[in-house]
Amino acid sequence: MISADLNVVLPEIVLSLFAIFALLGAVYTTKDAMGSLLVWVTSGVMVLLAIWIGMTGSGETRIAFNGMFIEDGFARFAKVTILLSAAAVLMMSEAYMKARGLLRFEYPVLVALSVVGMMMMVSAGDLMSLYMGLELQSLALYVIASLRRDSIKSTEAGLKYFVLGALSSGLLLYGASLVYGYAGTTQFAGIITVAQTGQASVGLLFGIVFLISGLAFKVSAVPFHMWTPDVYEGAPTPITAFFATAPKVAAMALFARVLHDAFGNAVADWSQIVALLSVLSMFLGAIAAIGQTNIKRLMAYSSIAHMGYALIGLAAGTQLGVKAMLVYMAIYVTMNIGTFAFILSMEKDGKPVTDISALNMYSKRSPGKALAMLVLLFSLAGVPPMLGFFAKFGVWQAGVDAGLIWLVTASAVASAIGAYYYLRIVFLMYFGAEGDDRLDGGNSGLLTGFLVASAVIMVVGIANTFGVEGAAIAAAATLVN
Amino acid sequence: MDHHLLSIITFMPSFAALILAVFLRGNDEAASRNAKWLALITTSVTFLISLFILFDFDPSDTGFQFVDEATWIMGLKYRMGVDGISILFVMLTTFMMPLVIAASWNVTTRVKEYMIAFLLLETLMLGVFMALDMVLFYLFFEAGLIPMFLIIGIWGGANRIYASFKFFLYTFLGSVLMLVAMVAMYADAGTTCIGGCEVSLLTHTFASQTFSIAGITVVGGLQTMLFLAFFASFAVKMPMWPVHTWLPDAHVQAPTAGSVVLAAILLKMGGYGFLRFSLPMFPVGSDVVAPLVLWMSAIAIVYTSLVALVQEDMKKLIAYSSVAHMGFVTMGIFTFNQQGLDGAIFQMVSHGFISAALFLCVGVIYDRMHTREIDAYGGLVNRMPAYALVFMFFTMANVGLPGTSGFVGEFLTLMGIFQVNTWVAAVATTGVILSAAYALWLYRRVVMGDLIKESLRTITDMSSRERWIFAPLVAMTLLLGVYPALVLDIIGPSVSALVASHDTAMEAAGAAVQTASE
Repeated sequence: MISADLNVVLPEIVLSLFAIFALLGAVYTTKDAMGSLLVWVTSGVMVLLAIWIGMTGSGETRIAFNGMFIEDGFARFAKVTILLSAAAVLMMSEAYMKARGLLRFEYPVLVALSVVGMMMMVSAGDLMSLYMGLELQSLALYVIASLRRDSIKSTEAGLKYFVLGALSSGLLLYGASLVYGYAGTTQFAGIITVAQTGQASVGLLFGIVFLISGLAFKVSAVPFHMWTPDVYEGAPTPITAFFATAPKVAAMALFARVLHDAFGNAVADWSQIVALLSVLSMFLGAIAAIGQTNIKRLMAYSSIAHMGYALIGLAAGTQLGVKAMLVYMAIYVTMNIGTFAFILSMEKDGKPVTDISALNMYSKRSPGKALAMLVLLFSLAGVPPMLGFFAKFGVWQAGVDAGLIWLVTASAVASAIGAYYYLRIVFLMYFGAEGDDRLDGGNSGLLTGFLVASAVIMVVGIANTFGVEGAAIAAAATLVN
Repeated sequence: MDHHLLSIITFMPSFAALILAVFLRGNDEAASRNAKWLALITTSVTFLISLFILFDFDPSDTGFQFVDEATWIMGLKYRMGVDGISILFVMLTTFMMPLVIAASWNVTTRVKEYMIAFLLLETLMLGVFMALDMVLFYLFFEAGLIPMFLIIGIWGGANRIYASFKFFLYTFLGSVLMLVAMVAMYADAGTTCIGGCEVSLLTHTFASQTFSIAGITVVGGLQTMLFLAFFASFAVKMPMWPVHTWLPDAHVQAPTAGSVVLAAILLKMGGYGFLRFSLPMFPVGSDVVAPLVLWMSAIAIVYTSLVALVQEDMKKLIAYSSVAHMGFVTMGIFTFNQQGLDGAIFQMVSHGFISAALFLCVGVIYDRMHTREIDAYGGLVNRMPAYALVFMFFTMANVGLPGTSGFVGEFLTLMGIFQVNTWVAAVATTGVILSAAYALWLYRRVVMGDLIKESLRTITDMSSRERWIFAPLVAMTLLLGVYPALVLDIIGPSVSALVASHDTAMEAAGAAVQTASE
């Protein structure tokens, strides 16, 4: 029995063991000198695990530890996305961290551990395992946010993230305890039989609200977004890139998991809350980003807005909605990896530059990279024919199907407002005035590769989304039925 | 018949753009020359292939022909096809593009990128006219903004940044409303297919019961709302008074070829949108709003003609004249009768040739003197006789001289509008006189008189390249002027089907109102 259970969680076990042995190995041998090697090995392991999970899943749902852990198509989709994006970010960060003396051996180990947490989250079948995964992920993230120990901003980012994160975990735990109190079980399979639309008790509804608040913090949806711009700005850029990708996918997937597996029979009770989170995030993200001159802060607001769009899929509360959300997240992560590859390559005299005015007339100096960035920015803005438009189109489709026309209308307006600040960067790169703070260096082949690949995907992907859509349909079918 | 001709001509230019982007290296003379030639050859071949489509096209069939279909992502369908209305715009686009490329032969900055932008633009424009799926239409419609934004912003004049932003934001805001309407249409009809499917938007009847919302009575109900949302986008694109102000700026700042594309093709997307979406899908809504549109058109014709009279900048003058001519188009469309619609489509095609030629005329002297100020010229006829002839021909065509295509379009639309609303017709007719005033005055100030300006002493007449660019435009303007049946025979059946379906829909709606009141 136990061996069957362990078999289900084998990928998580492999990654945990790897992290533990990597930690021990580094501590007892060369310490930071191993950093580079560990980064490459960790990302290699993650890619292999992604391939393994992607290939072996034969479509059946496997449940382990009496329903605490669920491994279904939905979890597999999320895990592959998480592993691949985490691996990509690790690979991109190696040169940057090394050049700035930040490449401690703990960095890849902590990333690996947080990824284990994320994999737990998306497979959670119980409020307990949900919290365990979430905390494992969060604790690792708190530490890497303040990885640059001698920088005030980085420490501030880490501390802010920790305090607010702890608060949200508290909210979540409180909600979980209410749900347990009124449903009599912590298992999703048990909760769903109690939480029926119109019959749920007030206590249970309170529990749902607190759970959603806690989860909204993790996906940085308004009004639980305050930490995002500061943490994005303060953390070293590769870590910002990591924050913007894998944890967002995990939190979104967990959100969907809880709402559908535990409260799938009470859609009408939570749909409005999620819709409100969504509309607030879209507008705040679109409007607040207009005044930003720091590209990392700008990307923070951009990610808030994007989470708003993805939440439309959840607010729909349907299988189509979950599918649209998954496709949205996959496209969002791809766009962000490319964009952050570009941001990582922005440097002058060996120092990272984050002010967007440094991009003045960038297209003159490196037309190829400027063009790739142009494609990504238009895609982030949701201008057709880039893939980013189809991501939005997918959630709109789901929203209309679920009768949320007002939400879809609002999001179309928000996307028009949001287009402005992406356009401003394009404007600087192509029509700006030639300044003297021009960027130099940053011609890493690896970063350019990620940038160009992600831009190419945004254009070529409109032919068939490389099969991601098909996978997402299958994944959504296992979660909602 | 199952073949992919439409997709081939649509994507051939972007394929050439891809080749340019990937394989053409360097920024030297030779690379620029190669880029120009590749662009010219591609656009010419595209035109030749599109001729096959024209010859194979059966005008008596009012459905969609040459339909190319494939499944696509997000449950959408990739569907392309042409009917009697859209094929003319497809032909106009493929016809103009080689001329546009040839007219850009003197571009020196970033030639490769320039050609890529124009090739991509051709793909997107063709896609707009062929798309048979609402989302596909929106995709092409919106994406066309990106290359045009870059064309104005990179290769434009001194104030190009202001103009490019104004262009982008005006049109983008307009189309967001259209997108919202599309979402609502999808919710109502359950399909995004425009025509020719089992369930299609053209055959779906959208609700037209009058309802009240927040104390406002919406006559025509959902149809009116949807109509207005589409109207926001198409009116900006057209452009109609009072949302036309982006056009003069964009025209003035755009490079010559950009102005030509803008005037000849991009402006036609608005009119095409009215014919493809607004009229057939929301007949009741169109009917409710029609008086307003007619008066807006009449005002546009008179007001922008008056504004054109006082312009100091040649391109601005022609831009305002374009707005006036587009006023005839919207007026013709909203008469809902055969003459009016025939005239509107004819006017669009003819305006495509004439306004393009006028912008090219400005381009010819701008290339030599680098100014568009009317006052900087005068007496050009003494040094440039061939130019004076061509310019006069197109000035006359712009005025609507019988024998040129400009006459047929204006005459038909006026005939259409007289049957519907005499007052609007009377106001609009004064526009014909005003157009004679500003066009002839422009011509007199630039070309006639003695050559007294010192700077003009050495100006040279048109080169043979420039003559060859104008030759096809002169030929088409004359041909359509003396033999309009060439166009009218193609659009005729499709237009009468459109008029018939509009009448049936109005009758049905009227009957519904009657039963409701009984």
